[in-house]
Amino acid sequence: MDVPQIKKAAKVYDVVIVGSGAGGGMAAYQLSKAGANVALLEAGGYFDPADPKYINQLKWVYESPRRGAGTTRAFGDFDAAWGGWEIEGEPYSAAKGTEFHWFRSRMLGGRTNHWGRISLRFGPDDFKRKSLTGIGEDWPLGYEDYAPYYDKVDDLIGVFGSKEGLRDAPDGRFLPPPKPRLHELMIKKAAKGIGIPVIPSRLSILTKPIHDRGGCFYCAQCGRACQAYADFSSSSVLCIPAVKTGRVNLINNAMAREVLTDAKTGLVTGVSYVDTLTMTEQAVMGKVVVLAASTCETARLLLNSKSPRFQNGLANSSGVVGKYLNDSTGASRSAFIPSLMDRKRYNEDGVGGAHIYTPWWLDNKKLDFPRGYHIEYGGGMGMPMYGFGFGMEGRNNMVPGRDGKPKEAGGYGADLKDDFRRFYGANIGMAGRGEPVPLESNYCEIDPNTVDRYGIPTLRFNYKWSDAEIKQAKHMQDTFEEIIHAMGGIPLGKKPGPENNYGLEAPGKIIHEIGTARMGNDPKTSVLNKYSQAHDVKNLFVVDAAAFPSQGDKNVTWTILANSWRTSDYIIDQVKQKNI
Amino acid sequence: MKRRDSLKAITLSSLGFAGLNPQIAAAESIVPPDIKPVKIPGGRQKFEAERDAKLKADKFFTPHELRTVTVLGDIIIPADAKSGSASQAGVPAFIEFMMKDQPQWQTPMRGGIRWLDNVCVKRFEKKFADCTKAQQIEIVDEIAYPAKAKPNMSQGVSFFNMMRGFVATGFFTSPIGIKDLGYVGNTPNQWEGVPADVLKQYNLSYDE
Repeated sequence: MDVPQIKKAAKVYDVVIVGSGAGGGMAAYQLSKAGANVALLEAGGYFDPADPKYINQLKWVYESPRRGAGTTRAFGDFDAAWGGWEIEGEPYSAAKGTEFHWFRSRMLGGRTNHWGRISLRFGPDDFKRKSLTGIGEDWPLGYEDYAPYYDKVDDLIGVFGSKEGLRDAPDGRFLPPPKPRLHELMIKKAAKGIGIPVIPSRLSILTKPIHDRGGCFYCAQCGRACQAYADFSSSSVLCIPAVKTGRVNLINNAMAREVLTDAKTGLVTGVSYVDTLTMTEQAVMGKVVVLAASTCETARLLLNSKSPRFQNGLANSSGVVGKYLNDSTGASRSAFIPSLMDRKRYNEDGVGGAHIYTPWWLDNKKLDFPRGYHIEYGGGMGMPMYGFGFGMEGRNNMVPGRDGKPKEAGGYGADLKDDFRRFYGANIGMAGRGEPVPLESNYCEIDPNTVDRYGIPTLRFNYKWSDAEIKQAKHMQDTFEEIIHAMGGIPLGKKPGPENNYGLEAPGKIIHEIGTARMGNDPKTSVLNKYSQAHDVKNLFVVDAAAFPSQGDKNVTWTILANSWRTSDYIIDQVKQKNI
Repeated sequence: MKRRDSLKAITLSSLGFAGLNPQIAAAESIVPPDIKPVKIPGGRQKFEAERDAKLKADKFFTPHELRTVTVLGDIIIPADAKSGSASQAGVPAFIEFMMKDQPQWQTPMRGGIRWLDNVCVKRFEKKFADCTKAQQIEIVDEIAYPAKAKPNMSQGVSFFNMMRGFVATGFFTSPIGIKDLGYVGNTPNQWEGVPADVLKQYNLSYDE
């Protein structure tokens, strides 16, 4: 077989962006609007939530032969994300005794097509964890640097919420929040009664139409992608408008192999990639390269971009690339609420996600773990999906039958059929999402033994939770039971305990990973400066969550968007000043 | 050679020689011109559409197994005053599909039916589906209530739990079952909050 020839396009773009998720989409949008000619590489195919070719929204469960089961899509048959934890021909590994699960979405807009739309700002203290607690790392920036960008992101993309005046959960420029559903009102009342705050969610869903996008029509299916563009996904809100400027060349099915550099100047000159449809080697050249391939894919790309000048991988003189990888903690519990049995039926789909949440409310100085978490809630009379009715034998003896007599668990026949009706909509769930302590010992590296189907060396993960996260999960479980009991509910299943880290999900499972090319003021301990510009290479930038030193207990998408916008402004400024 | 046989032969030789001779493998991978490409429904990826088409064409249950699943399904969810039965809602076909879609269920399902038939043959000298209704109910009563089932019926309890789950999912995700359950969403709507009468019923309000 011939050695593949790399086809270099003659054109030199102002900017080459790798990845079309939140970070890459925002950079493509801002830079193209500012007049730059952009090449936007996306490893997966084209996706437009409004094109019938891609629409799953408003399909009935029985239109799926597996009734929505997650056989080929981890989050169910109607979920918008292509890809998942495992992608054929694209393996990864974990060092012995460690674990990491890597969710990848190969499509325009990446993982923003199916996410929970939870759009939280960091609080001022989230940028200063080392100063405040002695562990972790400070950002080279503070809330005051991001506040104007958070405001601009709110206005451009749209987010609903309520003004609460909480220091740790700063208010934004909110659209009106939807009213809580019935079970959410019950959670709110019970939690408030035991001193746990419950406030309206902050989701990037349009409760009022803005910028030619449609308003939410309350089908609860944001995870399927919205044909009215009434929620934020990078495909619909950033990438497609960016392409419409006429200055963005979107290159789909382009799996980046290496960032190319000039041996003399040490500057980046472009990106080589595999066209996954033709399996040909290609390259696209640019004056500036912006990486937004996702936290781990960006680290992989940097580590794989080796040259005599950058023997340790690109922008890695510090040796920090791949290190300090951290994902949100996650633990959950569900409960049966007897008072919700035999409910009146009405359409309570609402927006895609909870209408309420609990921001972190305690002081870690008084606790035995150093970082906080927020709580997300679920429940209601949703569309029955695959899994409905499984486990009734553990449930239907918890309350007397219609005749008031005790019931035997399990059963069959007309009586069982009636139980399904009675129990419908009487379950709730709650899940904690917490801040981990970033550790140098949690990292991804290039696996010396393995390549993917494109011949690109793959990642090997090394990740273990520390005591800080396990104790936080224990606290979550205790809190969940307190809330459930305050509601008069019955917790389902056995309470998770030390035997399974209190239900703490395995690293990577929450899909909030960050930190593999963190920014900082010291080039010896960080990869990027405070403009997300590589310390070692001035025309190389990273605008995904790889750049983040820590993640707070806030889902990071809003900060990715704010940081990418800020970085884009800096790139425009530096080009104008002829510094890059 | 008949067309069907030649296709079989291609499959076999591809499996046997693909690793040895790439030219042969490449030649054989050319799709014969009269095989229609799978139509990709909206929202599906190509590999999913192809996979679904293949699963739907395959058969898992034997006629006897399918009959057993149908009888058992209608015992678990029978027709009543409000709606139809599991089989009327298409549950057996859904379970058939799931066995192929998630093959980890195949052994518990096939083995469970076998276990059930074996118990029935010992006691009634007939397989479950051939037993009288009274005989079927006698056995079901012994495996449908986990807490009071005898230890020697524990495998039957596990099988019945699995069947109960599949039948319930299959029924309540069907048009008949959704109507029965009273789910009224999945349509453009305006969410104005919980209806006033429901708020009153639960002694809740939006002013608190």
